[in-house]
Amino acid sequence: MKSMRDGFGEGLREAGKRNKNVVVLTADLAESSRANLFAEEFPDRFFDLGIAEQNMMGVAAGMALSGKIPFVCSYAVFSPGRNWEQLRVSVCLTDVNVKIAGAHAGFSANADGATHQALEDMAITRALPNLMVLAPCDYEQTKKVVLASAQINGPVYIRYHKQKLPQVTTADAPFELGKAQVLKEGKDVSVFACGPMVYRSLMVAEKLESKVSVEVVNIHTIKPIDKEVVIRSVKKTGKVVTCEEHQITGGLGSAVAEVLGESCPTPMKRVGVKDVFGESGEYEELVEKYGLGEKDIEEAILKV
Amino acid sequence: MKIEELQDKANEIREIIIKMLAGAGSGHSAGALGSADFWTALYFGGVINYRSDEPEWEDRDRVVLSAGHYCPVLYAVLAEAGFFLKEELDSLRKIDSRLQGHPHKSSTSEVEQLPGVENTSGPLGQGVSVAVGMAMAAKMDKKDWRVICFMGDGEQNEGQVWEAYLNAAKFDLGNLTLVIDRNNIQLSGRTETIMPLEPFKAKLESFGLRVIEVNGHDIEEILQAMKMARVMLDRPTAIILYTTPGKGVDFMENKSEWHGKPPIEPGEAVEALEEINSIKTYE
Repeated sequence: MKSMRDGFGEGLREAGKRNKNVVVLTADLAESSRANLFAEEFPDRFFDLGIAEQNMMGVAAGMALSGKIPFVCSYAVFSPGRNWEQLRVSVCLTDVNVKIAGAHAGFSANADGATHQALEDMAITRALPNLMVLAPCDYEQTKKVVLASAQINGPVYIRYHKQKLPQVTTADAPFELGKAQVLKEGKDVSVFACGPMVYRSLMVAEKLESKVSVEVVNIHTIKPIDKEVVIRSVKKTGKVVTCEEHQITGGLGSAVAEVLGESCPTPMKRVGVKDVFGESGEYEELVEKYGLGEKDIEEAILKV
Repeated sequence: MKIEELQDKANEIREIIIKMLAGAGSGHSAGALGSADFWTALYFGGVINYRSDEPEWEDRDRVVLSAGHYCPVLYAVLAEAGFFLKEELDSLRKIDSRLQGHPHKSSTSEVEQLPGVENTSGPLGQGVSVAVGMAMAAKMDKKDWRVICFMGDGEQNEGQVWEAYLNAAKFDLGNLTLVIDRNNIQLSGRTETIMPLEPFKAKLESFGLRVIEVNGHDIEEILQAMKMARVMLDRPTAIILYTTPGKGVDFMENKSEWHGKPPIEPGEAVEALEEINSIKTYE
């Protein structure tokens, strides 16, 4: 069990080693975002800008316009939550090379309650032109996502979780931005998942193996979504379930529905938070209570 | 260029602004006219480094317009300085134009953008953070280029501006000069009615900025202040530029209703141009 945020911190440190133009900005959240791993190694390229996310986003844009590759690190609720307009204008419209790291995605900030739970971040970032939106599924993949993001020129949003969770991929597993991964092949139902919902989906797929043949696809790149893999899978199975730790509107489920609605209308069920805010609780309790647990995925697969 | 020549050039810039706004049919008059003396001094008074034939020259000073609605004056001085042809000024706010209603910078080379524009702005408070980021990058790389950021006084209502000031002070950004147009008006009225700023100078000083107060219509004073800001590298400098909004056009001066509209009623542009012409001194 390893956490995505450790993968983020280690990936960031490695990106800093590979490219001296990588700089890291945070709004008083270095440790919990794991940006501190970079700060310890490269103190001259690390800047704590205080609890001022709007300014931080603009500063990142200014640095990028001057040749730097800034990673902006905070909780996803605050960045891109609070500074969405700065992300829109100073970063996306200007099309600068800024990477936005949204820590504590989904129910990660469990006990902190609804204010700190990022359940809308994919919706608000997906709507922005020029921005790539990434939701890696585990520790190893988060590391790879950070390194790959640092290598491309343009704005990228990365959401990642706090909890120590099961590993789905290995260090050697292939990874390419924009390419969805079929982790388990199946012929009856396609499950498209992101983040921690990937391992939950795999658990369910295994459990149902004798009854239903489930294909599990990891959509780590939410935007631009891999239409080809989505359509190919659905043409084979004819049924779709999407799973995300996010509001049921505007995120992965919507992205998949948009693709299929135009190209290949298919019976579909979406697993996600049903247009409500969360509350305080244990992480797994929240996942269960808000309909994102393995039994919810199972139900969706059987009903679709 | 002599002071008198700069003064006349500023009035030529005012004429261009009136023509651009009248042609566009929308846009912001008062701030652009009020700050024309400053912008002329900045680009033609020898206080910044730029190459109009090489707009992305690495060692250029970065002029960041944070209050994007002032862009008619920026576009006018850029054209006058040779960054692009003056004929293009007629395309302000029109379809397929590089002269967007608020400035658009894109770091993607395939997007057509106006040479000399350093940042995207319009939503207030954003440019100052971009300027801070540029100044931090220059400092990291031990570069000598400076960052000059132009803001409005109404813009000071935005919390982001004060976040940026804290940030600039924390990192002793002596390579950053903030110029704030204190014209006392904003979109819907007087600044002191909508959201009082005074004691403004004391507020800026308490945020760690060195403050220089300047008569924004005295070109000599403007140049003096810009030169001072350039050599005082221990911390960021803020220049409070006291101006008359709508300067040069009597029926616009000091009237907040001219903040956000162009001279488009019959006769307005002609009257404005005649007035501006009559104040030219050095010919």
